[in-house]
Amino acid sequence: MSSSEIKIEIRDLTMAYGSYVVMRDINAKVKRGSVFVIMGTSGSGKSTLLRHMLGLQHPAQGDVFYDGESFWGMDEEARRAQLRHFGVLFQSGALWSSMTLAENVALPLIEYSKWAARDLQEIVRLKLALVGLSGFEGYYPAEISGGMRKRAGLARAMALDPEILFFDEPSAGLDPISSQNLDRLILELRDSLGATIVVVTHELASIFMIADDSIFLDADTKTMRAQGNPNDLLRHSNDPKIKAFLTRGESSMESQGASL
Amino acid sequence: MIEIHLSKPRFSPCALSACKLFAEHTKSRMTQPGPNADLLLEKTAGELRLRLSGNYREESESPRVETLCEALDQDPTIKSVTFESGGLIGWDSRLVAFIRNCAELCLQRKIQFRDEGLPEGVRRLLRLALATPEKKDLGRSPVKPNFLQMLGEGTLKGWADAVGLFTFLGECLMALVNMARGRARFRWSDVFLIMQQCGPQALGIVAMINFLVGLILAFVGATELVRFGASIYVADLVGVATVREMGCLMTGIILCGRTGAAFAAQLGTMKVNEEISALETFGVPPIEFLVLPRMLALIVVMPFLCAFADFISLTGGFVVSIGMLNVSPTEYLIRTVHAIQLKSYLLGITKGSFFGFLVAYSGCMRGMQSGYSAAAVGEATTRAVVTGITAIIASDGIFAVICHALGI
Repeated sequence: MSSSEIKIEIRDLTMAYGSYVVMRDINAKVKRGSVFVIMGTSGSGKSTLLRHMLGLQHPAQGDVFYDGESFWGMDEEARRAQLRHFGVLFQSGALWSSMTLAENVALPLIEYSKWAARDLQEIVRLKLALVGLSGFEGYYPAEISGGMRKRAGLARAMALDPEILFFDEPSAGLDPISSQNLDRLILELRDSLGATIVVVTHELASIFMIADDSIFLDADTKTMRAQGNPNDLLRHSNDPKIKAFLTRGESSMESQGASL
Repeated sequence: MIEIHLSKPRFSPCALSACKLFAEHTKSRMTQPGPNADLLLEKTAGELRLRLSGNYREESESPRVETLCEALDQDPTIKSVTFESGGLIGWDSRLVAFIRNCAELCLQRKIQFRDEGLPEGVRRLLRLALATPEKKDLGRSPVKPNFLQMLGEGTLKGWADAVGLFTFLGECLMALVNMARGRARFRWSDVFLIMQQCGPQALGIVAMINFLVGLILAFVGATELVRFGASIYVADLVGVATVREMGCLMTGIILCGRTGAAFAAQLGTMKVNEEISALETFGVPPIEFLVLPRMLALIVVMPFLCAFADFISLTGGFVVSIGMLNVSPTEYLIRTVHAIQLKSYLLGITKGSFFGFLVAYSGCMRGMQSGYSAAAVGEATTRAVVTGITAIIASDGIFAVICHALGI
């Protein structure tokens, strides 16, 4: 990988809550325009890693680089400029409950652009239409279903045509069909916008469908166990834990039985 | 070396089937009373056999691992523990817990543990329970900290709390400065909405409480001053006390319980829902977007609420005085107008506005500091009210000292 191809680099990142270390020495590179999946066992700090990448939580050690620039070393202004290129879909959608869907999508636009109100309205309608929520502009988050909230959250995340999109467990709480539609949408965004996409998930079907590249975090050893395309990992990895994860535990049944 | 030898059941361990088996056992509980549960210990050349018989269900006495412990203490030659459960009619989780304790005891003492004699359901549950070793490095110390340690940790926590208090104050002031420079990011529509919620909608409760306070003041004044023949001075007492102290103090406390708690709960819930994280990832400072409108609304609304409270409280005093004392209404009103100086009135109103700031500050701060759970939001609400009322009373004391020094 040449350096211009790398969009995100995580370097020697150690995450901790106070003195309790969650994960040590994570090193990974994410290619521009690829779908990068952070997978791992429950409680391994997948979402925490995402929070570190988004600037919501300070790393105990190490740094994240975007286009070669240190994210945690930036001054306030530069970081704000960097945030402008992010789009985030939180686990539950995290829509602002006191605002309508249209206002939710409009807020980032107002924050970063100087467009006229008419243009804003058009963009808001377009983004909501892209996620299948045409006509729901005036609704409040409490008035729509969980799946719809998630889609509205995605519309908001896409509002500024971001360079990097972050998804925290996109399929959590969605039925299989909606979940697959969301996966398709993720691939569509990668291909149409050329966006780099970071997804935290442990949904196997999703992982095999969307991931170009992935890392595997293990809660027991508190380290990153592997990086690579999940299909390659499944075929070539010798790590029993990764094999077990990618086969839903089927390959490990025998070995676990033996270790008792 | 692993000392526990569990014979492998015919099927691979599966929680579901074991639980089903267990469920079948418990289902038939009502229909089969059976004889009492019994545990017999038999020793044969280096082997201890636990003979389980009878009904080990809810009504029976729980088997104790101490029994096995004593038996092992008495005879150190025992090398293995086995089971015999031919006479066992029924069992529940307590038996499994007992067997598990036995297995752990055997592991500690390096004695062979054989489970072939147990019912298959028990063996499966046992395998499940022993499948994952107890996690040791959870970063929680099971040891109870000693006094010095607790004192130290308490001090550090208190210090961190104080730092948090002033950091938040600084952030709020920065936001106010940003607003003055026209660069703060918030929506005026939010300000008006909050003003409506904590102003007009609070009029009812503010009126009721302050009317009662006015009544009480006048009543106390009347009963005491009448003895000196100075009943007309009730008007002075009620007027000055209300306008300088009680009006703004009572309104501040009402607002703290009503609006401060609501602010903490709102912001806390927004934190749980990741709404605050979402704001941060869009580069919108939550202090400006969420805290500033609340602060502005209360600072602006409080003087009006105070003026209203003063009026209602004076009315309360008026009603009691006219009813109880031999004073004409005109006389009382004239006396009241004389007693209340403009500077006292303005002092009350200014204090009210400041209390509004304190209520918003404590409510928003505790809300923003909230953790990520329902219990944490509840705690944040409690702390918001406690902090708010403490701050109001303490600052009122400071105001009193300053005013005395300045002769206001």
